[in-house]
Amino acid sequence: MTSPLDKKLKIKGPVLITANRVGDGAVIYRTGEGGWTTQFERAAVVTTAPAAIELLDAAVADDLGAVGAYVAPVRLEDGGKLRPGNLRERIRLAGPTIDLPLMAAIPAVGGP
Amino acid sequence: MYVYDDLDRTLLAERVSEFRGQVARRLSGELTEDEFKPLRLMNGVYLQLHAYMLRIAIPYGTLSTPQLRMLAHIARRYDRGYGHFTTRQNIQFHWIKLEELPDAMADLAGVGMHGMQTSGNNVRNITTDQWAGVAPDEIEDPRVWAELIRQHVTLHPEFSFMPRKFKIAVGSSSHDRAALRIHDMALRLYRNDAGEAGFEVMVGGGLGRTPYLALTIRPFLPARDVLSYVEAVLRTYNQFGRRDNIWKARIKILVHELGPEAFAKEVDAEWQSIKDGALVLDPAVVTDIGSRFRYPQYERLEDSPAELARARAADRRFDTWVNSAVSNHKVSGYAIVTLSLKPEGGTPGDATAEQMDAIADLADRYSFGEVRVGHEQNLALPHVAQRDLPALWRALDKIGVATPTIGLVSDIIACPGLDYCSLANARSIPVAQEITRRFHNLDLARDLGRLHINISGCINACGHHHVGHIGILGVEKNGEEFYQITIGGRADEEARLGILIGPAVPYAEVADVVEDIVEAYLELRARPDEIFLETVERLGVEPFKERVYATR
Repeated sequence: MTSPLDKKLKIKGPVLITANRVGDGAVIYRTGEGGWTTQFERAAVVTTAPAAIELLDAAVADDLGAVGAYVAPVRLEDGGKLRPGNLRERIRLAGPTIDLPLMAAIPAVGGP
Repeated sequence: MYVYDDLDRTLLAERVSEFRGQVARRLSGELTEDEFKPLRLMNGVYLQLHAYMLRIAIPYGTLSTPQLRMLAHIARRYDRGYGHFTTRQNIQFHWIKLEELPDAMADLAGVGMHGMQTSGNNVRNITTDQWAGVAPDEIEDPRVWAELIRQHVTLHPEFSFMPRKFKIAVGSSSHDRAALRIHDMALRLYRNDAGEAGFEVMVGGGLGRTPYLALTIRPFLPARDVLSYVEAVLRTYNQFGRRDNIWKARIKILVHELGPEAFAKEVDAEWQSIKDGALVLDPAVVTDIGSRFRYPQYERLEDSPAELARARAADRRFDTWVNSAVSNHKVSGYAIVTLSLKPEGGTPGDATAEQMDAIADLADRYSFGEVRVGHEQNLALPHVAQRDLPALWRALDKIGVATPTIGLVSDIIACPGLDYCSLANARSIPVAQEITRRFHNLDLARDLGRLHINISGCINACGHHHVGHIGILGVEKNGEEFYQITIGGRADEEARLGILIGPAVPYAEVADVVEDIVEAYLELRARPDEIFLETVERLGVEPFKERVYATR
């Protein structure tokens, strides 16, 4: 994880800015319009350190919108499709790699 | 069960109200995340990969059935229908929304539960033997002492901002089921030659980046002095523990750098100034706390009733389960029943809301309304009449918690790992799942005998990998998951740290390596009842290392 204050950011390829939403902790990505999205493919992708720092600084400044913003690697596949750049980011995007216990069997909400 | 009084209820209600205000101010922007984070952590609220995580304390691993039903309710209403029992007698919910947390905490407070001191640099949830009060080999119920210490340290201002977290475990049996020596401080209750009850005091244990076993700094502490001595240890740690380096801040570093004698001397100097003061335990206070632990009105029953013997003879599956999950009770005619949260291919420690509700119903029917949580990530029913075992087994089997593998190779302890945890470098759960599939043959698992596998997804060691008979630690190498393997660790009264057998292996080979180690053990063991640990102790790690790396 990259510290938002680390101005010596080194990046080796395309990156985006990701964080968790304050209200519910959902995984979110910084957009090119200065907002946040839960849709990975709508994230702003940059390839230089100055551009990443600019995006990160703006993301960190939005303390009410997001928690723990950081720079994460992405991978551009043949055909231009965007993929998370490492396992951690793949899991954040797609959820745990294991089946969650009996999610389909959860009955309606009720009191204890 | 421990019965809370008005003071406890008022404290929890005030805490919920305070947290509700803090959350509202965070959501309105009045509090920044930097300001809010220490406040949420003081209530057990973490932020993980996918969402907030709420960790709830289960003091000394004892749950009433209303509490367990409430956990089921939390799972359904605020989470995704399940919870994860941890290695420290806590439960975690991994999909909680901050906006809903105050309501969840209010619901929990209604049954005396909370997340206080499940995070932060304070005294964490005090743990003990999950068989406390019913184990045949215990001196007396250790929960009374755990509760006394809990009451003293809960929200104690002097111990809310220590150099790092501080974990205390209390035991009182000849067999250590509470992993005492891997704790910052451990208290083992026993009687001296004069018949007086007191504690062996051990300090400086802990796993993580720098694993140490706790060292005994006082062989016998009179029970009446336990609060003042705990306070003296905490004060000494507060004064001398390092705050400049998070990796050297735990008390284990202080104790092992100073040496146990020098550390004990510092503690003693502090203790002398307070030992005869307000913290001396009045026997009436101990009696009062003890009286709030309500024990069942047991029937007078004989051990090994005829109906149990008949059922065992008639059904091999039931007999296998009895051998695996049923343990002796201090009262004749009763048994302690361990409920496995380790189904083949499942996530160690996970229980669905439906399972929690069903277990609560069964506990009401068969265990005087009481459930226990162990650090091995299984549950237990502590007061089951032996005559009820056949009916109980059928019910447990239906809800998937009667896997007869307690203490065997697939009874794996595992942290949530990279599937959930923001600290993890590698996954733990799928590794555990694959190992349980490889050893699904129960005859083989039983032939292997006692064999504990512990898996951690990072060096913080929540899966206690250092003390696994086989320990598996996930690391990251050039963006890939690799796993270091240790063997020979143990967490009981003969606690020992495992020894690394060689270079880390990739994710895809971990289960193969475990199979290699197990095959080597089967060839090397001196006799069928020599367990894996004994073989490792007799031969060392070399034969296992050779087997694992010969073809790698």
